[in-house]
Amino acid sequence: MSDVARLVRIVGALAEAEPLAEGASLYELVRVGNRGLLGEVVRIAGRRGTIQVYEETSGLSLGEPVTLTHEALTIELGPGLLGGVLDGVGRPLVDVALHHGDFVTPGTTSPTLDAARRWAFTPTVPPGSVVQGGDQLGTVEERPGFVHRVLVPPDISGTVASIDGGDFTVHEPFGRLTDDTPLCLAHRWPVRRPRPVSQRLASHVPFITGQRVFDLLFPVAEGGSVALPGGFGTGKTVIEQSLAKYAKADVVIYVGCGERGNEMAEVLEEFPHLTDLRTGQSVMDRTVLLVNTSNMPVAAREASVYVGITIAEFYRDMGYRVALMADSLSRWAEALREISARLQEMPGEEGYPTYLGNRLGQFYERAGLVTTLGQPPREGSLTVIGAISPPGGDFSEPVTQASLRVTGALWALDPELAHQRQFPAVDWETSYSLHAESTTAWFVAHVDADWPAVRRETLALLQRDRDLREIAALVGPEALQDEDRLLLEAARLVRDHVLGQSAYDPNDALSTLTKTFLLASLAREVLTAGTRALAAGRSFEQLELTGITRLMAELRSAPIGELDARAAALRQALEGVAG
Amino acid sequence: MNALPRHHHGASGVAGPLLYLRRSHAVALGEWVEIRMPDRSPWRGQVIDAGREVTVIQVLEETVGLAPAQATITLTGEEASTVVGRELLGRAFNGIGSPIDGLPAPVGEATRPIWGAPLNPVRRARPADFIETGISAIDGMNTLVRGQKLPVFSGPGLPGLELAARIVEQARAPRDEAFAVVFVGIGITARETDAFLERFDRSGARERSVLYLNQTRDPTIERLLAPRVALTQAEYLAFELGMHVLVVIADLTHYCEALREIATAREEIPGRRGYPGYMYSDLASIYERAGVLTGRLGSVTQIPILTMPDDDITHPIPDLTGYITEGQVVLSRDLHRKGVFPPVDVLPSLSRLMNAGIGEGKTRPEHRAWANQLYASYARGCEARLMAAIVGEAGLSPVDRRALAFSERFETAFVGQGERRRGIEATLESGWQLLEELPREDLTRLSDAAWAARSARATAGAAE
Ligand SMILES: Nc1ncnc2c1ncn2[C@@H]1O[C@H](COP(=O)(O)OP(=O)(O)OP(=O)(O)O)[C@@H](O)[C@H]1O
Ligand SMILES: [Mg+2]
Repeated sequence: MSDVARLVRIVGALAEAEPLAEGASLYELVRVGNRGLLGEVVRIAGRRGTIQVYEETSGLSLGEPVTLTHEALTIELGPGLLGGVLDGVGRPLVDVALHHGDFVTPGTTSPTLDAARRWAFTPTVPPGSVVQGGDQLGTVEERPGFVHRVLVPPDISGTVASIDGGDFTVHEPFGRLTDDTPLCLAHRWPVRRPRPVSQRLASHVPFITGQRVFDLLFPVAEGGSVALPGGFGTGKTVIEQSLAKYAKADVVIYVGCGERGNEMAEVLEEFPHLTDLRTGQSVMDRTVLLVNTSNMPVAAREASVYVGITIAEFYRDMGYRVALMADSLSRWAEALREISARLQEMPGEEGYPTYLGNRLGQFYERAGLVTTLGQPPREGSLTVIGAISPPGGDFSEPVTQASLRVTGALWALDPELAHQRQFPAVDWETSYSLHAESTTAWFVAHVDADWPAVRRETLALLQRDRDLREIAALVGPEALQDEDRLLLEAARLVRDHVLGQSAYDPNDALSTLTKTFLLASLAREVLTAGTRALAAGRSFEQLELTGITRLMAELRSAPIGELDARAAALRQALEGVAG
Repeated sequence: MNALPRHHHGASGVAGPLLYLRRSHAVALGEWVEIRMPDRSPWRGQVIDAGREVTVIQVLEETVGLAPAQATITLTGEEASTVVGRELLGRAFNGIGSPIDGLPAPVGEATRPIWGAPLNPVRRARPADFIETGISAIDGMNTLVRGQKLPVFSGPGLPGLELAARIVEQARAPRDEAFAVVFVGIGITARETDAFLERFDRSGARERSVLYLNQTRDPTIERLLAPRVALTQAEYLAFELGMHVLVVIADLTHYCEALREIATAREEIPGRRGYPGYMYSDLASIYERAGVLTGRLGSVTQIPILTMPDDDITHPIPDLTGYITEGQVVLSRDLHRKGVFPPVDVLPSLSRLMNAGIGEGKTRPEHRAWANQLYASYARGCEARLMAAIVGEAGLSPVDRRALAFSERFETAFVGQGERRRGIEATLESGWQLLEELPREDLTRLSDAAWAARSARATAGAAE
């Protein structure tokens, strides 16, 4: 039977074709129409196949051919991904621009990896080695200082017959197994299938974000997952981008899923010029961007998160610490909803398909700290931070709720705080992390023995602050006792200068754990000194805390080298307060 | 596409704006259709669902009088397109690009499909050129830059359109470069249109503008095309002729209602408040057509205006818009009642591209710190105002009392600039004057350096 069917219906991102060959399978990749648009079979009913098309369908005509490829939607994995900008199905956008100009037109076939580029391969096993999936065969320096471990693809095993060092393209075999299987730098992997691991591990090491509010109050473990919901303009993208720039990770996968083109222009302008402090290399060197903006085809938006997480797993398998930022999973869910509606499936809550929760769960489940397959033994982690855009900023909606069932932390953003320009606009009352306890020991060992106490007292102060502010709103702050007024002032200090952090202040955009601890401790000392002074009989007005606030504000935006001196000055000023 | 035209005699049915065609072959999605009946001007439409069994055509004019069995349907083999060119400047068209100014249809320089293709994100340049609108609440606090999409969230009876007209009239590009205005009226009344055009004429903006007007009495469905026809022209002026184009679209709320009407006619599963689930993507296909391209001269900047039903910012229309655009300028009924013009509520307002457009060499080095301080003091004042409503001003702390007084003056003197245009220097100066009324210790967002720079300049100014 022929592998070619004909289009009998085209509506939105879906097309139907007949007669579909009997061997056609679900989620098989097809080429649609005269221009060969990419599509995926999402339903088979008798001889009729329904296809989700990853490119603009406008202009497709009834009767045009649909060709089966007998492959699932896969992504090509190999050296050259880092620093790249790919569309939702893995086509490099720079290459697309080269062939098609400034606008994206359908029917592009740019391969993910540069087929012409040669890489210097150094073998690390001799011929005769018995190898299986995940075993390291050799290395390539993918970016300056970045060792790309070339592994046996998960599904393959055998005895190495030959293996050579030298310069190879991603498709030229550098060796063979005895059964003649070629060994290449690149292999393909179906994006909807999680890459296998040897073992999943519990994690006690925090994923260090460089953002005070998260590191101090809501730390997530490496390999954990976070839901980051917030109404429009509350700072999701700024946070995701800050994490991509400053978080402690070897590889960052940034999935811009159904968001703005200009935001991507910003990333592309900024990242190459930013230095990763740990490696001294450009931040872009550790980043892969996946971009499917809101006006690009909706079906590719659905695929983009899977393409992204597959690339993330690929680097995790090499034993790296990988972080994936998805902005925003709501747009992914909406794509799912749109396709489901066109398929006339029974809608669940708010029109989303009933399997939304399941799919989201499967996606987040791909995060984790693992022992990878193969030798030498490696640990790799994949941390996922998913932004969510709830309609009207209301968290009771299905995407937020389904995410909360599977993620280990909630970083909730609040429009009220954003309107007051209190950034990051994290609502610390709603936010939580299930990893706060398990990561404590690490902070004690690596930052300060007092870390847990400072964290606990900061949270307690904020809690007390909320209660007091409710009372103050009824009776007026002047009617409060001096102790309470002091507490309000200390809490303001914490909100403004410990939790508050400007992404645009070059000295404060990244906060080291030392700095985070210093600021939180200083705020605590202010409260202690003030309490002591009040106990000694001074009045709240006599404390004159405004000077202290200014010192704190200046300290947080001072260059890192000045922190100690400024902290000493602040402590000295505090002695004046305490009297 | 580009197949030859095919003719069908008789359609199988019509319901509202939708025409159904049975057993058609080689129909293309998005294909432009003409429907003719004897003694009537033809209807135009577009294929929105191509099927071997049934094809659905969305008709773009009122379907009253359409007798499906007697109609001749021509599938043109072409996609919806419009004539573009420099020659359109100074002209007025309806929502599908036919002239309404009594002059002949333009020949134009090219014909372009109206649906446009997405800009390749890697070809975009980061928008960073300050546009001076002459409005303090925008220039100072929510700066607009070239290539941005910054909507105005208005409410029923609030002067959203008037604010837009003023921006068009007053906008100055940083260097004296070629610039044009494309105005799209969607479902707005003749009175509103006239008022807008009058301002336009007065400021001499008319010769460098193209108008696309879909009026209240025009078919609803045309509303879906109007912004796309206009943006096609805008993109041509910008990216092929190198002009800086400001696109004003009013009122997106009417657009969304038209979208809902079509979705209902197609019996689609409704989403929030009856609007279709794909409204986000649909709106994005309009709003994302703003930007700057690497290596090309021009730019498309959008100022869409929408009316928040019930002043509700969580309504799907403002909500989805806010999720796509690069900020928003929110108008406040309270300020409007107090007689403040323009009644911009700066707290929920935002320009996400502001940082790239301000500072050293663009506006003033201390612009960011200055704005941060104004925001902080104003937010504190607003908080104090709420508290004062319950406990009275006497119950406030001295800092809060000062902040409250500050916020009142900020609204009347800074935001409420009235009819006058304010240059960026005057805007910054006005803000400084308000800040200087506060004691130094209340200004915690201003570093000593920023403060010293200001004091030095103020002294120098006084000495001159
Ligand atoms: N940490 C921060 N420091 C300074 N400004 C911030 C910070 N976070 C957010 N902002 C401000 O808030 C604006 C909106 O943030 P952002 O674009 O990240 O919102 P968002 O939640 O992604 O919105 P949307 O859902 O519409 O994409 C930014 O443009 C910036 O002006
Ligand atoms: Mg965002």
